[in-house]
Amino acid sequence: MKKIEAIIRKSKFDDVKKALHNVEVNFFSYWDVTGVGNEKQGHVYRGISYSTSDIQRRYLSIVVSDEFLERTIEAILESAYTGKVGDGKLFVSEITEAYRIRTKEAGHAGIN
Amino acid sequence: MDAGLFTANNVWMMICTALVFFMHTGFAFLEIGLTREKNTINILFKNVFIICVGLLLYYIGGFNLMYPGEFNGFLGFGGFGLSIGEDGLTPAYADGGYTYWTDFLFQGMFAATAATIVSGAVAERIKLGAFMVFVVFYVGLVYPIVGSWQWGGGFLSTLGGDEAGFYDFAGSTLVHSVGGWAALIAIILLGPRLGKFDENGKALAIPGHNIPMAAAGVLILWLGWFGFNGGSVLSADPGLTSLVLVTTSLAAAAGGVSAFFTSTILYKNFDLTMFLNGILGGLVGITAGADLMSPFEAIMIGLIAGVIIVLGVALIDRLKLDDPVGAVTVHLICGIWGTLAVGLFGAKAGVNQFLYQLTGVGAAGVFCCLTAFIIIFTLKKTMGIRVSKDEEVEGLDIHEHGMDAYPDFRMNQH
Repeated sequence: MKKIEAIIRKSKFDDVKKALHNVEVNFFSYWDVTGVGNEKQGHVYRGISYSTSDIQRRYLSIVVSDEFLERTIEAILESAYTGKVGDGKLFVSEITEAYRIRTKEAGHAGIN
Repeated sequence: MDAGLFTANNVWMMICTALVFFMHTGFAFLEIGLTREKNTINILFKNVFIICVGLLLYYIGGFNLMYPGEFNGFLGFGGFGLSIGEDGLTPAYADGGYTYWTDFLFQGMFAATAATIVSGAVAERIKLGAFMVFVVFYVGLVYPIVGSWQWGGGFLSTLGGDEAGFYDFAGSTLVHSVGGWAALIAIILLGPRLGKFDENGKALAIPGHNIPMAAAGVLILWLGWFGFNGGSVLSADPGLTSLVLVTTSLAAAAGGVSAFFTSTILYKNFDLTMFLNGILGGLVGITAGADLMSPFEAIMIGLIAGVIIVLGVALIDRLKLDDPVGAVTVHLICGIWGTLAVGLFGAKAGVNQFLYQLTGVGAAGVFCCLTAFIIIFTLKKTMGIRVSKDEEVEGLDIHEHGMDAYPDFRMNQH
């Protein structure tokens, strides 16, 4: 099993969700995050220009069995892409165990 | 006089009293909206304190200091508390415009406004105790003394001999500039908030935390101004009250639009806070002559006030002063503009009138700056006027009050 974590543009969330749905990845968690990076957001307040490096993004955490890994990664890379700086990042890590609490099933059965 | 007309006049004046009271909600919303979340309780505490103590002070001595009856024109006192005369509840009291009680409460609602103006300018860094002491002296003594010079029948009102002198219909000078001068002195003595200027003296932005609330505050103030100016007719005279509401609203609208255009041209963004300040600038600007202007002249006054707002806010930054809500620009600079405008536009326009207006602005300016300086400087040297650096960074709410304004909503504790 693998965990895929993706930081994507909020504006791309619906596209990513649809793309994941199309490859039959229907379960995942997400939350909104604030980060610091190269992108600067210009603001003007009462005649004073300022920029903040606070960047708002959405963080997805998806646990899939190994045979889903490749298509899930592909779906996100395709659907979250705009080509401009700030499209986000994707990380893959190993998951050793998974359980479904209701049925106490373990492993692959526990995540789908 | 017809009893029905007396009643109608008095009812109108009490409605206006209620509208002026409501302006304190507007000021509170505007001030907390344009400042940071961590100081919200502190600002509300100050504003609530001002209403309550301002009214009590006006009862104790303010009313009789402002309306002493026959006096030398500079300083008079009609005694402590309220004492209703024999004709206090009859049409003989004020040409049938209102009763003695209505008079007290309407004027009392005005009194607190002057200190509320200061509250916004000194927000986020002044010590609560020092501010309270300042309010007691400024609202209790300075405001009514300046008011007596004109509205109490003092020397400004008789500048021109038989021909009436200085003119300030609802208080561009007597209320707004009185507050504005103190705000200016206070922010000079207090210094800017930490983080307002960088090490090179360049002004930085400290965005307000609740712009919807600031917008609600300004629209509430506009509504309240119907009472502030409408009540200053001092009766329900159909022609004058309706004209005053028209000039008041047109000046507000023109002030907002011109501030919006000016700031958009200068800064290339649609800045709502400038739009809102422009509305207030137009309102303060028309206040001195709301009953003298034609609708067109009201619009001109508002348009100029809007430009003044945008340039004034930039000027305050340029002077290395920190006024989080733009109080000095709105109330002092536009207050002066509105007062002088009486000599330039409308029924009283003329060279002599302009000079009377200038005299009024100058007299109020000198007295207010001097008294505000004495009060605030004395406080600075004794109890101190500024919170510690830690308190300022972590917020006055948690340090002075031990409370959060939004305890269940903490995204950004900065």
